[in-house]
Amino acid sequence: MSIEIEHIHKSFGTFTALSDIALTIPSGELVALLGPSGCGKTTLLRIIAGLETVDSGRILFNGQDTTSSHVRERRVGFVFQHYALFRHMTVFENVAFGLRVRPRATRPTEVQIRSKVMDLLRLVQLESQAGRYPAQLSGGQRQRIALARALAVEPQVLLLDEPFGALDARVREELRRWLRRLHDEIHITSVFVTHDQEEALEVADRIVVMNKGKVEQVGTSDEVYENPATPFVLNFLGNVNLFHGRMHEGQATMGGLQVDSPEHAGTQDAPAVAYVRSHDLEIDRSKLDSGAMKAAIKHIQKLGPTVRVTLTLEDGEQIEAELTREQFQNQGLQQGEAVYVRPRQVRVFVEDYQI
Amino acid sequence: MSFFKRRTNVLPGFGPTLGYTVLYLSVIVLLPLSALVFKTAGLTWGEFVEVVTAPRVLASYRVTFGAALAAAVINAFFGVLLAWVLVRYRFPGRRIVDALIDLPFALPTAVAGITLATIYSSIGWVGRYLEPLGIKVAFTPLGIMVAMVFIGLPFVVRTVQPVVEEIEVELEEAAVCLGANRLQTLRLVILPLLFPSILTGFALAFARAVGEYGSIIFIAGNMPMVSEITPLLIITKLEQFDYRGATAIACVMLLTSFLMLLVINLIQRWSRRYAE
Amino acid sequence: MSVPVHKINVSHETADRAQTEPAAVRVLLIVVALIFVFFFLVLPLAAVFSQAFEKGLSVYLTALKEPDTLSAIRLTLLTAAVSVPLNLFFGITAAWSIAKFTFPGKNLLITLIDLPFSVSPVISGLIYVLIFGLQGWLGPWLDAHDIKVVFAVPGIILATIFVTFPFVARELIPLMEAQGREEEEAALVLGASGLQTFFRVTLPNVKWGIIYGVILCNARAMGEFGAVSVVSGHIRGMTNTVPLHVEILYNEYNYTAAFAVASLLAFLALITLAVKSIAEWNVRRQLETN
Repeated sequence: MSIEIEHIHKSFGTFTALSDIALTIPSGELVALLGPSGCGKTTLLRIIAGLETVDSGRILFNGQDTTSSHVRERRVGFVFQHYALFRHMTVFENVAFGLRVRPRATRPTEVQIRSKVMDLLRLVQLESQAGRYPAQLSGGQRQRIALARALAVEPQVLLLDEPFGALDARVREELRRWLRRLHDEIHITSVFVTHDQEEALEVADRIVVMNKGKVEQVGTSDEVYENPATPFVLNFLGNVNLFHGRMHEGQATMGGLQVDSPEHAGTQDAPAVAYVRSHDLEIDRSKLDSGAMKAAIKHIQKLGPTVRVTLTLEDGEQIEAELTREQFQNQGLQQGEAVYVRPRQVRVFVEDYQI
Repeated sequence: MSFFKRRTNVLPGFGPTLGYTVLYLSVIVLLPLSALVFKTAGLTWGEFVEVVTAPRVLASYRVTFGAALAAAVINAFFGVLLAWVLVRYRFPGRRIVDALIDLPFALPTAVAGITLATIYSSIGWVGRYLEPLGIKVAFTPLGIMVAMVFIGLPFVVRTVQPVVEEIEVELEEAAVCLGANRLQTLRLVILPLLFPSILTGFALAFARAVGEYGSIIFIAGNMPMVSEITPLLIITKLEQFDYRGATAIACVMLLTSFLMLLVINLIQRWSRRYAE
Repeated sequence: MSVPVHKINVSHETADRAQTEPAAVRVLLIVVALIFVFFFLVLPLAAVFSQAFEKGLSVYLTALKEPDTLSAIRLTLLTAAVSVPLNLFFGITAAWSIAKFTFPGKNLLITLIDLPFSVSPVISGLIYVLIFGLQGWLGPWLDAHDIKVVFAVPGIILATIFVTFPFVARELIPLMEAQGREEEEAALVLGASGLQTFFRVTLPNVKWGIIYGVILCNARAMGEFGAVSVVSGHIRGMTNTVPLHVEILYNEYNYTAAFAVASLLAFLALITLAVKSIAEWNVRRQLETN
């Protein structure tokens, strides 16, 4: 089931949460709404679910306008950040809930309910916990039960609100992979909200990067990472260094850096910002070409598998380079050394000229 | 004892404060209460039973406990309603009503007593409409129940209110997403969560009503065997210098109070069975 | 009444689509609730004042200026002035020992402190008669020394102390427990003495809890009827508190005077409610910021 989001506006009092959001979520895909706190991603998710109303705009499920349908009629599965399991019911009763509250006419028999619930518990690998209470389960287990409960009513779409936010780092990683595998198995259209870019990049088929109530970019993880459409997207995904300078007819000059930007050939003397990812900075002891800048190593920080090197440029600016441990060990860099940094890939954005 | 020392030595004053606390508690509360027990122990078992099961005494139990039970049920029902309405809805005057709930707590019992007696008397504001309908409130067990509803009112409301306030929104949202209609959500998700607190409030209201004196004696008929509450019986016996009788009955009431305390404790323990 | 720690669910306060009953149902429930409140709370309150002022302001004031009324007021004030501070001191001491330390039997202690709350007022008075009355334990000794406790002012004060015993403690104990020991420990580490820590760190934190407890303690102390009725000799002008005096006037069919005096207590009740609301709000706020 595909979802069309057309020109959604939503404000809370004077605060604009969503501004002219237009989006298509293709059927069967696992889509991430990624962005910092307050960007509107959770609001958008809740609007899709019907838990919030829109000020203007439409939501279409499979081409049908559901904007004014009640939550109950939308058949969405919602998984909450803090699970919202009914603590006075057993795991089994929680998962069976959606089936048991159906009106007489459409309610399955107890036998059917039992079989369906056990199937789902098997799917989430928790059938042995059927008789236990939520308080007796771990966080990761609870989240899987919450998922099973949402799936029990055979929803058209699965919505997850920061589903792994309340879990330990280790459990989070395991569940991430588990969710991906689950989706590969059942192919239900899914939308999940996260502020963790690693999570989005790892799990989602498609990422919607949001900021301040607007969509910055939509694309696969490769697309948003390799070809960020805006400085925000570039900044949000991965660590980035900024260089301020000027752009003139396809040539950007920032400090000791000269970059060719043919896409900006028509620009006349405008302020520009060059973005270089930390791991796109090469450190060499000799100047290999004109793109390299002189720098001194200020600080070396070892972070497990990577090493972060903080350097000071000639003009006093500080930048960060990220090396693998292997690279670092091969080069044997020392604090205080004078080296040359060369960016492998630079993306230049010209600032909007304001008169 | 060393574990004792290690934990309590950092902050000072443990010894003196605990000592004073226990001392004051013993002198003011425990000693006098034990006097009751000892005095009753002066009776033989046979005498004791005879006193506490005399017809007039039994009648007073029926009146007191019966009215208290009925009043507690009414309070349980309206208490939940009030707690819900005060927490979930917005209406003009809500804050004033919320503050007013504690009136039975703050108003002296004698004042409540004479006021209720006046309102429900045959010429009172309410009584004058009820009497033609054949409903006599003042000087009947019904009046006792009305007074007990008054004094028990805050107990259920104040016990249930915090629980309603802490219901996570997500639970209701989850239920709706799963297809439950409003009534189902209330019945299957919310009510079970409120139930222990309702029960606790009920027990508290009941216990309070049973022991109450001042609010009731003015509106009750105080006729032996018909509308005489047990606390009044105790006072009557005291005035007749029947100390043994008074203490025996008082003992029964005290035991009931302790029993209620135990029940309330158990309810609260039971209600935490789903907590982590 | 335990610590009023109500957390207000602010996140979706206004018409969350999942959380409301149909408007008609809401209105019905509100109306029913308000009718109930009207009959059981508003009406009695209004009746007190209406009856008191029925015959006009001058009659009202005359009733209040009666010598017996004035001595009843004096006795009530005296009783409160003695019992409230004593129970306040106890409450603070008990809360300190219970909340800031761990020791076996703590739960038992808390239950025992709560006892007077669950004992009938009549019994509360009775037990003091059993000890200090003529036939009581200390009766003969007191009689020999011509000390009157029961049927005299001391008895009234004792019974009042018993009845108002737990109020401050049961408010402060959960409050101080919720606040923990960290701030006090920090003060000690910085070099403060025990008393300094208490006055500079603990006290300001529980200020509103104390006010809450004291105002309720006071309301009960001034308004206690059952227990005092048992120990008092009902001697007009000498061993009658205001509530007892109200009873006497009422039983003499002097309704206007009875309600006039009662209205004083009703005023007190309203003030108690107001201060209580403010204190409660402040306690809540304080716990949220802690």
